[in-house]
Amino acid sequence: MAKRRLERPELHKAPTGIPGLDDITNGGLPQGRPTLVSGGPGSGKTLLGVSFLVNGAQQFSEPGVLLSFEENAAELAQDVRSLGYDLDTLVAQKKLIVDYVHVDRSEIEETGEYDLEGLFVRLELAIREVGAKRVMLDTIETLFGGLKDTGILRAELRRLFRWMRDRGLTVVITAERGEQMFTRQGLEEYITDAVISLDHRVHDQISTRRIRVVKYRGSTHGTNEYPFLINRDGITVLPVTSMLLEHEAPSERVSTGLPALDEMVGGKGYYRASTVLMSGTAGTGKTTLAAHFVDAACARGEKCLYFLFEESPQQLMRNMRAAGIDIQRWYDKGLLQFHADRPNRHGLETHLLEMHHAVEVFDPDVVVMDPITNLMAVGTQVDVRAMLTRVIDYLKTRGVTALFTSLATSVQSLEQTEALISSLMDTWILVAIKEENRKRKRWVYVLKSRGMPHSHDVRGFEIGAQGVRLMPIENDAATPAKAKRTKARRPK
Amino acid sequence: MSEYALKLYVAGQTPKAVRAFSNLRKICEEHLEGRYSIEVIDLVENPQLGRGDQILALPTLVRQLPAPIKKIIGDLSNTERVLVGLDLRPRRSTT
Repeated sequence: MAKRRLERPELHKAPTGIPGLDDITNGGLPQGRPTLVSGGPGSGKTLLGVSFLVNGAQQFSEPGVLLSFEENAAELAQDVRSLGYDLDTLVAQKKLIVDYVHVDRSEIEETGEYDLEGLFVRLELAIREVGAKRVMLDTIETLFGGLKDTGILRAELRRLFRWMRDRGLTVVITAERGEQMFTRQGLEEYITDAVISLDHRVHDQISTRRIRVVKYRGSTHGTNEYPFLINRDGITVLPVTSMLLEHEAPSERVSTGLPALDEMVGGKGYYRASTVLMSGTAGTGKTTLAAHFVDAACARGEKCLYFLFEESPQQLMRNMRAAGIDIQRWYDKGLLQFHADRPNRHGLETHLLEMHHAVEVFDPDVVVMDPITNLMAVGTQVDVRAMLTRVIDYLKTRGVTALFTSLATSVQSLEQTEALISSLMDTWILVAIKEENRKRKRWVYVLKSRGMPHSHDVRGFEIGAQGVRLMPIENDAATPAKAKRTKARRPK
Repeated sequence: MSEYALKLYVAGQTPKAVRAFSNLRKICEEHLEGRYSIEVIDLVENPQLGRGDQILALPTLVRQLPAPIKKIIGDLSNTERVLVGLDLRPRRSTT
């Protein structure tokens, strides 16, 4: 077997069009063969199958037939509408047929020999009507509840799978997970080409969906469990471990938003597609500095995606306006988009997927996550680091410049809390407040910045009606004259 | 319209289909003489008719009238079961 496999060319694949799933299956499901999708109730089996059919019909010119044993066409159409699938239109365009096969044991009497030829006839008719290449059976095990003679049923299912294979149909068969088997009725015995398992787990009251390719005959595939997401744009699978350290490292620079701060990082700002950590205790001005960065990016015509884990977009825009930074105009223009979410609303993986998805859809040049520390409460340090690694890899692959703010609880903890994530960052900027002459003064300094000569100065700054203003270096503490002047200008 | 309107779904002249038809004729003659009609529907010729009556197994006997609709699948070789299915015999509790 193993020897033969070496000589055999790679199987033909039928792409699912589901982002990520085609990566972990190296191209899709085995073409012309059945794939078993098993999972518990609500694990997303039907949705995965429907995505396979809809994408097949829309993107790959492969019309489909959905034999539904559980829901009628109207119910199904309703269920998947929230995910952006319009089954009715596809049916009207003759790209899809939904046939509801209803079996009610209470109204059927069995007497003597029978077969399931009626099912074959219906399937064949449907296939002919649209020229189907893809078929989904959802969930054929329902038949076991409708017919008493399981001997006949098993023999007929075996015949059905062979029949579909002979016709070169790519088939998705959904099944409820059994106690010890992948399916309640042991369907895996008949479908040996590919088995996909879906899972919906709740841990610490936070749910995460996971997908695993259990088996894929004749093809390599990712073997891990991958988190996946179901939202209004359908299913997204995140093949996390497929990421490699291969991203480009552009030498182009992007402004920090403040010429004086640009000067501190090699005179030109951050590298494009690099990562910036902006950390400090509460109220030091991290978000204001981030807003400058956003403002500058949008002013260059770039798109910015801002993840908020603490404030609402309206609140942030109002506060920044008060500090003289009008980012609302970019929001109104569509250059700035927000993604506000409470960290404890999902598990880390779901957050990761949401972020991926948002980035995928908006395709930003610049991303801000404010504050990244809030996510740390959601998982263990190891998990958070792993997740951030994935986010950063992903952003770098896309050439996105990312700024993360990090909230430190005390000045002492500043450098140690972030030991966890700082190694992932290319540039690390610290902001702090120190008391001096019974006045709290803000300071900023660059702790590290890879690949550039950066300033080692600790610069004072203030936030006024025009945003952040960095104090001249040599005069920071030395010349009382300048300090007085700025003090006088500031209304108290 | 007959009191008992029956439809027998088959797919071609298979041995099972032939058996089912002759069993059905016999049962009807004995128990429903003059009160029935049988329509044989061959899904090989009219595949689209299978959807309306939710036909899955073949042969399937559908009792269209009297209401409610009843379905009996198989070659109808067990007369007792057919009579129960057509409500001509009371249903015995499950053994």
